[in-house]
Amino acid sequence: MSNANVATVRAPSSLQATSPGGGSTPDRDEIAAVVQSIVSTLRGDLTAAELGLYNELEGLARFIQHAKAEIAALRPDEIRERHLPVATDELDAIVGATEEATHAILDSVEKIEAAVADASEPARQTVAAAITRIYEACNFQDITGQRVTKVVKTLKLIEAKISELIAAFGHELGPVADRTQTPAPAEAGAPAEAELLNGPQLPGRANTQADIDALFNS
Amino acid sequence: MAVDMSTPILIVDDYKTMLRIVRNLLNQLGFNNVDEATDGSTALQKLREKNFGLVISDWNMEPMTGLQLLKEVRADMKLKNTPFIMVTAESKTENVVAAKEAGVNNYIVKPFNAATLKQKIASVLGEF
Repeated sequence: MSNANVATVRAPSSLQATSPGGGSTPDRDEIAAVVQSIVSTLRGDLTAAELGLYNELEGLARFIQHAKAEIAALRPDEIRERHLPVATDELDAIVGATEEATHAILDSVEKIEAAVADASEPARQTVAAAITRIYEACNFQDITGQRVTKVVKTLKLIEAKISELIAAFGHELGPVADRTQTPAPAEAGAPAEAELLNGPQLPGRANTQADIDALFNS
Repeated sequence: MAVDMSTPILIVDDYKTMLRIVRNLLNQLGFNNVDEATDGSTALQKLREKNFGLVISDWNMEPMTGLQLLKEVRADMKLKNTPFIMVTAESKTENVVAAKEAGVNNYIVKPFNAATLKQKIASVLGEF
């Protein structure tokens, strides 16, 4: 065995960086080729060194298999295709709702400001001070929007990393993911109570009060 | 010298809520000649069409940032002396240094209050 091969086979400890949360993706074809080439040389009596090497390779194979199973159990495809887009939409909805509320507050404040224009000076000053405080407080909306935008960017980064992970493991994740535990579907027509707790619906996906009234009246 | 409360002020922000808040605060402070732009290009166009006595700009805008707008203003022979205040959530030291090096007159960190706005305007235009 060449020194180069030994160096490659000794990689298991360094390949621990391939565990979830680790660094680069292993080149599995390359690992398989190295293992194959080594195993093909194991003829006749094994020396202690060869046996040790064989055990190390076996451990490496188990480690990779275990890592793949763990990654598959996380269902990265589902995280990318369902959870992250939903989270992003919810955050966008927060920004939209707070913006709408802020404009409603500003509309009302501007009307109050106009209404007290002819009031006595002390009353006008009191109202003006309160209105200034409201304007200052409305700053929150801009800051909230910027913070949420930061979170959305982070989510998109995570989404990109997951896509890389799926690309690296490819089709192997799909079938494994399918075998992972999936919550038992509720009986038809009787959703579990917890499934009803969806929180606020996104605009456009929710029933309006008119829709609900129509349901009650049907 | 007393500040002329009819000094034309241009506020620049891509966030309409903030434009509205800053405009209302300026009105409350007594400034009655306030114009708005929602992006850097529009701001530059307005600045070249009319003499503004003060620019109050956000930093975090696209495609032209507030810093780029500031640099454009300082590079323009006709506009280079226009007082410029940055109002932004970008509060890192490197941001402040970059703005200062680009020639900003003052810097307000969001969220801010009316007193801070008044103080910073006074530092640029004079007490009022």
